[in-house]
Amino acid sequence: MNINMTIIGQAIWFALFVFFCMKFVWPPIIGALNERKQKISEGLSAADRAERDLVLAQEKATSNLKEAKEKAAEIIDQANRRSSQIVEDAKEAARAEGDRLVAQAQAEIGREVNGAREKLRAEVAVLAIAGAEKVLGGEVNRDAHGKMLEQLAAQL
Amino acid sequence: MAAGQELTPQSYIQHHLGNLTYGKLPEGYARDCHGHAETVAADVWTFACNGAEAKAMGFNAFHVDSLAWSGGIGILFCLIFWLAARRATSGVPGGFLNFIETIIDFIDAQVRDSFHGKSKVIAPLALTIFCWVFLMNAMDLIPVDAVPKTFEWVMVSFFGWDAHAAYFKIVPTTDPNITLGMSFTVMFLIIGFTIKAKGVGGFIGSLALHPFQADNIVVKCLLIPINFLLETIGLLSKPVSLGLRLFGNMYAGEFVFILLAAMMGTWQVIGAWPWAVFHILVITLQAFIFMVLTIVYLSMAVEDH
Repeated sequence: MNINMTIIGQAIWFALFVFFCMKFVWPPIIGALNERKQKISEGLSAADRAERDLVLAQEKATSNLKEAKEKAAEIIDQANRRSSQIVEDAKEAARAEGDRLVAQAQAEIGREVNGAREKLRAEVAVLAIAGAEKVLGGEVNRDAHGKMLEQLAAQL
Repeated sequence: MAAGQELTPQSYIQHHLGNLTYGKLPEGYARDCHGHAETVAADVWTFACNGAEAKAMGFNAFHVDSLAWSGGIGILFCLIFWLAARRATSGVPGGFLNFIETIIDFIDAQVRDSFHGKSKVIAPLALTIFCWVFLMNAMDLIPVDAVPKTFEWVMVSFFGWDAHAAYFKIVPTTDPNITLGMSFTVMFLIIGFTIKAKGVGGFIGSLALHPFQADNIVVKCLLIPINFLLETIGLLSKPVSLGLRLFGNMYAGEFVFILLAAMMGTWQVIGAWPWAVFHILVITLQAFIFMVLTIVYLSMAVEDH
């Protein structure tokens, strides 16, 4: 337990190690730690900002969506109106066309009836002439004429 | 131990408490190295072969084992932290770096708590003290005979030493020279910090004008010697208590290990285990106390009363 020059030797070791730590150990490590602290605080504030931005974006998206829905509803409404109008127009056109066709057919029928009547008239004349010939050629017999007239009428 | 010499518990313990001492033997000293008696013709630097020679060397001697182990451990500490410092990054730290950063953060918090001035020295100083003292103390946990017996075997086998001369203590902090060497360095730092903060006049004033104060100039002058005496004792008591506290705790712990080893022989590995577990607390606590007190003393030196 002697006190001797070891005390000086140890003081020199001590000074050397403290100096080494002061120069090469402490500054880089504490610098890195502080830099990391800075980074983390920056990251946290960025996260806060992002959260706020997200809320804003969500609000904007909601309003956009609402607007789009309104627009879509309007468009659909318009389309519906337009389609019903088209259907209505088509119905109208069809009805007119139908009327026209019916009129045309009736005119045709009328014409054909007239034609047939004309033809019949002509044939009746011929038959009347033939009947009269038969009447003039034979005895007037009421019964026989009647029978002939009946035949004539049946031929009509 | 050399053949024919009795191994008693006393000699075993004494041998374990002796340092490997290299120093100057004065002229005319009668050496008695285990049977080889001679008288030193002129001053000679040599290894002391027993406790009496180490004593006779006085101040002109080094404890080679203490200095080598404390220096080696200090270099190991610097190397580990230097490796960490080179890898230091503000990105994600790995496992090793994480561990080092935990220590640095812990020291930084301690320094911030106690020291309110600005200094580039104090934090690295605290780091060095804590880690270095902790590692030196931790040498206590190696079984007491393991390293000294190996050293003895090497010296006896290859260098022809007498086994009795092969003193070897591996726990530097059980050597008062080591702890006082550190604590007196701290004292010089205290003086340096005081002068830097308050100037030379302020330093002398802090020694001469406290704790007794007076407004009357004559009374003031009369009080100066008393104040000076008290403050000088106060200044010196700081490093003495700081160094002796660490030394006392570690010496007592080491002594228990040696006693257990003397009683149990090889069984000490089991027998000393509970004490070793308890001693881990002492090791850490003493390193921590040395660091905290150093920070407190230095902050007192910088702050105004």
